[in-house]
Amino acid sequence: MIGLHFWRVMWGITHRELLRFLKQKERFVSALVRPLIWLFVFAAGFRAALGLAIIPPYETYILYEVYIAPGLIGMIQLFNGMQSSLSMVYDREMGSMRILMVCPLPRWFLLVCKLMAGTVVSILQVYVFLVIAWFYDIQAPEIGYLLIFPALLLSGLMLGALGLLLSSFIKQLENFAGVMNFVIFPMFFMSTALYPLWKIKESSLLLYNLALYNPFSQAVELIRFAWYGQFNPHAFIYTLVAFIIFMFTAILGYNPSKGMMMRKGGR
Amino acid sequence: MKQWFLHLGLLLLSMSVVNAETVFVTLEKDNALAIVDPIKGELLKTVTIGQRPRGIILSADNKHLFVATSDDDTIKIIDSETLKEVGELPSGEDPETFALSPTGDRLYVSNEDDNLVTVIDVVAKKVIKLIKVGVEPEGIAVSPDNNWAVSASETTNMIHWINTKTLEIVENTLVDPRPRAAHFTADSQQLWVTSEIAGTLMILDVATKKIIKNISLAIQGVSRDKILPVGVVIDKQGRYGYVAMGSANRVAVINAKTFEVEKFLLVGQRVWNLAFSPDQKRLYTTNGMSNDMSIIDLASHKVTKSIGVGRFPWGIVAKP
Repeated sequence: MIGLHFWRVMWGITHRELLRFLKQKERFVSALVRPLIWLFVFAAGFRAALGLAIIPPYETYILYEVYIAPGLIGMIQLFNGMQSSLSMVYDREMGSMRILMVCPLPRWFLLVCKLMAGTVVSILQVYVFLVIAWFYDIQAPEIGYLLIFPALLLSGLMLGALGLLLSSFIKQLENFAGVMNFVIFPMFFMSTALYPLWKIKESSLLLYNLALYNPFSQAVELIRFAWYGQFNPHAFIYTLVAFIIFMFTAILGYNPSKGMMMRKGGR
Repeated sequence: MKQWFLHLGLLLLSMSVVNAETVFVTLEKDNALAIVDPIKGELLKTVTIGQRPRGIILSADNKHLFVATSDDDTIKIIDSETLKEVGELPSGEDPETFALSPTGDRLYVSNEDDNLVTVIDVVAKKVIKLIKVGVEPEGIAVSPDNNWAVSASETTNMIHWINTKTLEIVENTLVDPRPRAAHFTADSQQLWVTSEIAGTLMILDVATKKIIKNISLAIQGVSRDKILPVGVVIDKQGRYGYVAMGSANRVAVINAKTFEVEKFLLVGQRVWNLAFSPDQKRLYTTNGMSNDMSIIDLASHKVTKSIGVGRFPWGIVAKP
């Protein structure tokens, strides 16, 4: 019976998030337009920029747009994770979170549900992106389209947990611009999404180290390898550990007796 | 039961024979021959072979490799199993490219510095004739019906048509600047010739010896000076032709029926020469500047792998 309760809440939150996403057509379009502009415009200008080295999981020379495609998948999930956190702040301001929080289930479970819902939405976006990329001649082995799913699930959860953690710090919706500038942009640009590590190392050792330890880099590499039918254990463990840390801290952050909400006046 | 095992054993044996394939790549700077397993995508070994090896051809019975070691001024005969040298052919000075007659008994060699084509009897290991051609002969091919040998002169910008019976030049065709390589279609009706300076592929009609189509090989986003077509091959079914685009680092896929360029496939740096797998399911390229070879799957027209082989890979041939 308890299990049914849990399931009902999980389904309810996921369903609400999916409906919200699908009904907001502008959000659906803009979630896709962003990576597609990067793909069709930005990557087109750098077609021959990568130079020589063949790096795993690739077994031959690739165009730049092939290289950045996994980074753009990561971008979709990164923005989605942050967007979910934005919706948490919105829910808190509008009062709908209180309705959710009075649900007689553990708070951590409600947060996990919220996180899962956001991740499902991001995976949906990614698969639409993959279909478009396929027609743009960015194709991976067939098996990769199946194997990318668990990678997307983990990376989506990790980035979503980061979003949740951030949302526990933000008191008002207006503060989200700061998240954009201080979290999303640095995370995206200081990662392997746009350039491989060896290329970053050529220009700056500091940037190389930042990119190396950036959890977003590891999520992108996990996705990149999985898409090409390979498993990257280092990226997997790094992403998993990052997820656990972010999630645990977010749960703490949302605990009214201990967390940030308390310090911010308990709203 | 015993018979069943015997059948299974024979089946497995035949499968392993079918799958076995070896690719040989000459390494101009390493003075060596790289031996590659293209199915596993691995470099098996490298053997020293002679000074500046370039052109490479497999004998008609697949037992020997002919390798032009340019700085030794000879064509070496190598046993394709043991990789031991078993003889030499008198190629003349600085041999680079050569072609084997379909019967496997004659070799036509371009002697770039002497403006000659040397015709060699492979069995007797003797020169049959020296044919004077234009300045800097490079590309050379023999028609599958064994009626024509053609030599492309890089500086004279000409295709010289040599009658294989009389070993005389019977006609010359003026082509675009710096013709580099030539290849006949399997039906011997057409000759495809690449022009390095014009960046074109010319289709010549063998009957009239005239250019019937001139295809510009421009690639969007790649500067014109990098478009340097070199090696050209055409599949046996006459469906597609493939051109190595030199410093453009791509292989052009050309529909042999419509003469449309369908695709450019990204490979290593300065792609030079091309060879089909014996079953023509794959195409192999030598990438001179990136020191590797690329494998192209011809069913999907995708580059599946690039394998490091050694310094300055030049010629390539696949043995079943």
